[in-house]
Amino acid sequence: MFRNQYDTDVTTWSPAGRLFQVEYAMEAVKQGSAAVGLRSRTHVVLATVNKAASDLSSHQRKVFKIDDHVGVAIAGLTADGRVLSRYLRNECINHSFVYEAPLPVGRLVVRLADKAQVCTQRSWKRPYGVGLLVAGLDELGAHLYYNCPSGNYFEYQAFAIGSRSQAAKTYLERRADKGRPLRHQGDAAGEKLTSSICTVAIVGIGEPFHIISEQAVQEMVDALETREEATAEQSGGDMQDESGNPDAAAPMEEI
Amino acid sequence: MAHDEDVAGSERTLYPYVTGTSVIGIKYKDGILMAADTGGSYGSTLRYKSVERMKVIGKHSLLGASGEISDFQEILRYLDELILYDNMWDDGNSLGPKEIHNYLNRVMYNRRNKFNPLWNSLVLGGVKNGNKYLGVVTMLGAHYEDNHVATGFGNHLAVPILRSEWKEGMSFEEAVKLLEKCLLVLLYRDRSSINKFQIAKITEEGATIYPAYSLKTFWGFSAFQNPGQFAEGTW
Repeated sequence: MFRNQYDTDVTTWSPAGRLFQVEYAMEAVKQGSAAVGLRSRTHVVLATVNKAASDLSSHQRKVFKIDDHVGVAIAGLTADGRVLSRYLRNECINHSFVYEAPLPVGRLVVRLADKAQVCTQRSWKRPYGVGLLVAGLDELGAHLYYNCPSGNYFEYQAFAIGSRSQAAKTYLERRADKGRPLRHQGDAAGEKLTSSICTVAIVGIGEPFHIISEQAVQEMVDALETREEATAEQSGGDMQDESGNPDAAAPMEEI
Repeated sequence: MAHDEDVAGSERTLYPYVTGTSVIGIKYKDGILMAADTGGSYGSTLRYKSVERMKVIGKHSLLGASGEISDFQEILRYLDELILYDNMWDDGNSLGPKEIHNYLNRVMYNRRNKFNPLWNSLVLGGVKNGNKYLGVVTMLGAHYEDNHVATGFGNHLAVPILRSEWKEGMSFEEAVKLLEKCLLVLLYRDRSSINKFQIAKITEEGATIYPAYSLKTFWGFSAFQNPGQFAEGTW
């Protein structure tokens, strides 16, 4: 995208019918570090790659628990992500207070989307520069949604956002019907994993949203690499993390 | 902006005018059964004799009320709006009895805190996704759930019977018989009750409010014969 005379204001349309400020906001999401989400009928898993500002600093938090039944992973401007997480937590707790029941995920994401849309139609505001993968459970089942700075939202079986997310998305698309979320999560992150640079969180039936401990994540990663080595020997090829053999060896236990 | 309360001094509920008496609710095999008479008393006068004190709320709940009838009608309007917005989402989610019970609790308690109560005792029952729910909210904002509940005189006369004879998984017929036993006691002993009752049922399939009917009463006790026997001249 190149600079043009229609991109200063969010409230200015281009002749081609585009709102450039909104599209630029979505660029900010693409530049952020990766976040991946995957769901089965009973569980939803989120994973993020954590970047640190420098070797001396701590990693940025990209996964937030919103309520026992909902959590989000963000990519883009993490400050915007924190603010939106606070909003989501507020909506959930207000609903719980009045109705003594969890806010259905579908209704939560609509409120978030409507909030984002407001920023695309006010001259004194700017769009939120963060994309959110919303993972949650309600009476209708397990859900994974993606909320965009544009105010759009979509429900997904699996999705990835942030840098190098396309590789992850392709990987996930190829495996759309396979039933083992966690194994694919690790592969799909598409980078050399260690538990220190990635965060994994899960929510499921009988399992409130929680971030999996670093140790448990490391065990999963080790198990993945063992399997990958095993299948590499079998097929004799040069295996990369992203392109695991779909017909490969023993199923890994889900956590 | 000048509110009516500011101009008039204070406008709040002081006492009820047209009231309904007990409501009884029990869980049974397929769902919830509720019973109430159709009387609306104006003090000690039995002014209205065809008042429906139980209504269906949304897809999954039944609400029965005792106390001020006009306040019950107001609550029905609040719930109408609530259900309307819930339906407008059109997303497969719906408010179940638990949610409505809690919502009503919030409303009743908040009104009580402002010293302007809705003068009702509410029985909220329903079934959603196989889960049966039965609860009460009072005008003070007190709330609780149980397998069998009652309001007003029902607390004193019906609950002891229910505690003794209610059991898990009763059939529809057994449950109705139990309710009728309670209604009969209330008819004999509660001055504001009338012999015209409605039974309401809610199950996973849906809700039904049956047409009103009467119970057979017996007054032929020997003690009632010749009441002036020991008080000559009495009437």
